[in-house]
Order: sequence, then C-alpha cells, then structure tokens
Amino acid sequence: MKVYVPRDSAAKALGADTVAEAIRAEAEKRGLEIELIRNGTRGMIWLEPLVEIDRGAGREGFGPVTVAEVPALLDGTLEGLGKVEEIPFFARQTRLTFARCGVTDPLSLADYEAHGGLRGLRRALGMSAEAIVDEVKLSGLRGRGGAGFPTGIKWDTVRLAHAEQKYIVCNADEGDSGTFADRMIIEGDPFCLIEGMAIAGLGVGATKGYVYLRSEYPDAIAVLNQVVEIARKDGLLGGDVLGSGRAFDMEVRVGAGAYVCGEETSLLNSLEGKRGVVRAKPPLPALEGFMGRPTVVNNVLSLATVPVVFEKGAEFYAGFGLGRSKGTMPIQIAGNVKRGGLYETAFGLPLGELIEDVAGGTASGRPVKAVQVGGPLGAYFAPSQFDTPFGYEEFDGAGGLIGHAGVVVFDDTADMLKMARFAMEFCAVESCGKCTPCRIGAVRGVETIDRIAAGDGSAVPLLTDLCETMKDGSLCALGGFTPYPVMSALTLFPEDFATAKEAAE
Amino acid sequence: MPQSVPQPSVEEIAALIDSQIALEGPLLPILHAIQSACGYVPQMAVPMIADALNITAAEVHGVMSFYHDFREVPAGRHVVRICRAEACQAMGGTALAEATLARLGLEWHGTTANGVVTIEPVYCLGLCACAPAAMVDDRVVGRVDAARMDAILTEAGA
Repeated sequence: MKVYVPRDSAAKALGADTVAEAIRAEAEKRGLEIELIRNGTRGMIWLEPLVEIDRGAGREGFGPVTVAEVPALLDGTLEGLGKVEEIPFFARQTRLTFARCGVTDPLSLADYEAHGGLRGLRRALGMSAEAIVDEVKLSGLRGRGGAGFPTGIKWDTVRLAHAEQKYIVCNADEGDSGTFADRMIIEGDPFCLIEGMAIAGLGVGATKGYVYLRSEYPDAIAVLNQVVEIARKDGLLGGDVLGSGRAFDMEVRVGAGAYVCGEETSLLNSLEGKRGVVRAKPPLPALEGFMGRPTVVNNVLSLATVPVVFEKGAEFYAGFGLGRSKGTMPIQIAGNVKRGGLYETAFGLPLGELIEDVAGGTASGRPVKAVQVGGPLGAYFAPSQFDTPFGYEEFDGAGGLIGHAGVVVFDDTADMLKMARFAMEFCAVESCGKCTPCRIGAVRGVETIDRIAAGDGSAVPLLTDLCETMKDGSLCALGGFTPYPVMSALTLFPEDFATAKEAAE
Repeated sequence: MPQSVPQPSVEEIAALIDSQIALEGPLLPILHAIQSACGYVPQMAVPMIADALNITAAEVHGVMSFYHDFREVPAGRHVVRICRAEACQAMGGTALAEATLARLGLEWHGTTANGVVTIEPVYCLGLCACAPAAMVDDRVVGRVDAARMDAILTEAGA
C-alpha cells in the first residue's frame, strides 16, 4: 500500500508533517507494511493535508486529515474524497506545467523520468540551438513572471550575442502576495525546473545557471539544493549532460528579503553581491546581464514550462489559450476563498467563473467585494468586471495586469482606502531608492491617502496626479505599477474614499 | 539580551568568508554564511569581508543594510514572522498582527524582554491559500488564529 502525504510548505503549514509521522507510527504499531511517499501538493490547499492512498486501484484522497483520524484512515473507515484526479477542481484543469506536481516524489529522478521527465531535454539535445529557440518562439510562451515578454525572442537575443560565458538566471524571487506557484513547483517537481534551465542553456549557449530563490522559502531552498546534488550525481547536470558531451551546471542562490529583487536588473545586481538597485535599460540583460555577460533571466514558471513544450511539441502547447496568450497559466487562487490553491488552465477563463465557480466564492460566505490580480502591483477588480477573460491583453484592456497570476479575493468587509494605503506603504518599504518617483512618491502617497482618510477631499486629485508621475517616471514596475492598486481602488470603490470625508463634514 | 551576544573569533569569520569566496558574486553568500553561523553579522566582520573582496567597508555596509534579512545585532532565540501581505489581510492578518504585537507589548522588529522572541513583519510566505500565515524560525504555520498564535508564543517561551 502506498501512502502519499505532501511535503509542500502549505501542507506542512497545515500539519502534514505530524500527520505523516502519525501514519508511520500507526502503521508500525499494526505491523502494516506501507510505502510512505512525501509528494508535492496537488494544489488543492483547502484539502491539505491531503493524504492519498493507493491500494493498487488508483489514488484515493482523504482530507484535510487530522492526526486523530489516522487510525480510521488506515482502517479504511475514514470517509474519503474518492479518486483524487476526479475531484472537480482537479479534473477541470489542464495541467501541462504542473503535470507531475503532487503526483511524483519530488526527490526521485527515476519517478520524474517515469512520468515523462527528460523527454524534452533528450529531444533538445538532438536539435541545433537555432531550432531550440524557434521551438520556444513557436510555442508562443511568454514570460510568466508578469511582463509577458515572448520567451523565444529573449532567448534569441542571448543566442546571437557573442561572449565567452553566457548565463541562465532563474527568477525565483516570488514576492507577490497571492502567488505560490514557483514555490509549489520547486517543492513538488524541481527536476522540471532543472530540465527547463538545461534546455535554455543548450538553446542560447550558456553553460551556467543560477536560481535566485527568496529566503522566505526555506523548504524550497532545501529541496532544490538537494535535487541539484542528485542531478549532478546522476549526470543531468555537469560537464556531460545526459552523456551528450554538452555542459550545463547550476547553483542555488538565496535572496535576502528584498521584494525589489524580483525585478530582473535588481536581481542581477543582488546576484553579483551588490545592493539590489534597479539598473536602467538598455543595456538589456540579454546582452549585458550577470557579470556584464549575455543572460537569460526567466521566471520559474517560464522555465518549468519549457520541458513540456519540447516533450509534446510547440504546436501542442500553442493549441491552448486565447489570442496572443498561448498555452496554460497556473493561476493561484488565494485570500478569502472557499477553495484556494493552484488551478492550471488554458488562458481565456473569465475571472468571475474562476472566483465564483472554481473557488466557490469567499471563505467567509460574504459577498466578494474586490479581487486583486497580479500581486501587490496588480489592479483591484470589482465584480462588475468579472467577465474579463484571463489573458495578457484582456487584463491590460480592463486596466489591470495578470502578473504572476495570483488572484487574491476580498469580501465586503475590506476597506479599499486601507488597501490603497497599504500599496503605497509597501512600495515605500520596498523601494530600492534609485529613482525619485518611487522613493519619494510612495512616502507622499501614504501621506496623501491619510489626508483623504482624514476628510481632505482636495487630496484626491493630488493622489491621482502623484500616481501619474509614478507611473510615467519610475524606472521599474515597483514604482511604475503601484498606481494600479491605488487608482483601481480609488476609481472602483469611491465610497471607501468618500465616507471618511463625509463623516468629517 | 545584549549581555549574551556571541562574539565569533577572527578565525571563524575568516573561515566563513573563505568558504564562499570562490563563488561568482560571493558577497550575499558570505553574509548568509556568517549570519547563519553567528545569528547576526558582527561589525568586526565588515572590514574583513571588505578586504577579502577588495571593496570598501562602506560598500559592505551598504549591501548589508539594503536587505531586510541581515542583522547587526542578534535576534531573540526565536524569530516569529507574521505575513502582512494582501492575501493574509483578506483573512484577518492585520488584526492578528496587531493583537500579537499588543500581547507582547512590542513594535515590529522588537524582542521580548527575556530575549526569547523577536517579532518581524514579512511580505508573503507563499502560503496565500491558507492565510493568515506565519513562520517560526524556519517552520511555516497556516490559518493562524488567536489561539494558534498563543500556542506558538507560549511554546517559544514568550
């Protein structure tokens, strides 16, 4: 009998370790032979710890399991959820990037290979660099970190650059609130990221990779370091990748708690051992990146999607999606929702369907007031905009952005003036200080919102004007996009900005 | 608390610097190595790092002070980090944080008088679907309510 208990941080945060220990102890007490596997999470976080039992006829799910329920679980008397893959939240997804996450043992390369892993890399090893880059271009894959820049075009710039050393840098500084997909795949299917980085290396002629992983993710850091060692030992990384004679190796670097280092040029400075201040572009990192050399900087999800593109073909991947948003997006549903977690689906799903139908509305049972999409720099959406389909251009057209596809739901107790103030406060705390609109603007933004809260209506146009300046004048997305949550809160929920004023009068 | 500040030796610091210096861009790994060994980055390490990397002490200080993680003085025995980001706010994170600070009589970054708990804000632990979230040293905790926080603090000895 195989028993699966996730090792994912979210599962651990809800007690998975103690449940796993209780299962081990109870089985031993009974002399029951079990194989306990610590898999990644399936992404159905409201069911965590989600224990799966395979008695030979497929994986049955149970959850959330408590320690007290462990005897019943092993007796077979605990009421279950049925086949895990038939749970509607899971069954409705199109899992391409996350195909293996939650299914396999993240530390087992053999398991990875048995579930389709390394097929993409093997195929890429037989292709020219140009053909590899063309395949990525054809897939339509765009940067999953938020900017949505076509990955293949970025790779081509690096491929065509001449340098003795080029680099692949994976941006795993997943600081946006409401996002956890990078963490989930690193903890649940880390070989996929390594394979993607190795393919990127072959495509652009880079032999060295770095993963810049945030310090707030100690579990992910431990897993990835462990897996890099395994990959080296088993010949997936090193001087002779899968016996091809080609070299690619990588290192994990840990961030130090600066949100702005998720911005690619700050990240590069940080990786070089400097303050994580933003660099002006040009020069592009693709030409002068890490150590001044040509560098691909890609998000975890972009790189982790590359293997499936090569395994199943670019056309297969591009067959999903909507308009110029091709393929699938691992959407992270969080905050005040009944069913929170990771939902990978083809682009095009309307926002409202995601929240009301997939996530089941709020956890509190109260009406949804606002939804922030794309992290702390993403706009708030009101229920009146719920018909917006999930896609880069579609969200842009609605005055927002999809960013890293984190969706944070708020019920009607949320005070949008406070949320706008928080956006400015966060920007002030995290500003790298390089450009004035962000460094000073965010501080003045907090003060201006406080004036509005105190009843000074004349501060509203000032706030609007300040947001314009920050948007146009900031060097990077931190100062440039903070106006998104602020202005969307102000425009969509004017009553939250007016009540204080009226009360004062 | 300050009475028991561990003072690492010059040799220990030199060995830690040496263990990372061959890396490309070794400054952050050096600072992490020192902090992980000593619990903070002592002032005496700054000129040593500067020497080893052929940069100024001001540059080392500039890097250290830029990042939230690096400490010039040791933290309490346990560090409790409470997420302040939006997803946790949507689930009552702000009230939880305020109540915790009030219970301990501390401001953010403060340490209890007995030196046991330092309380810090954190902006996202990636536990947004089981908010509000906290982290006790390296251990993550989800769906933290008043009772759970109480248990965490009691267990830590605050």
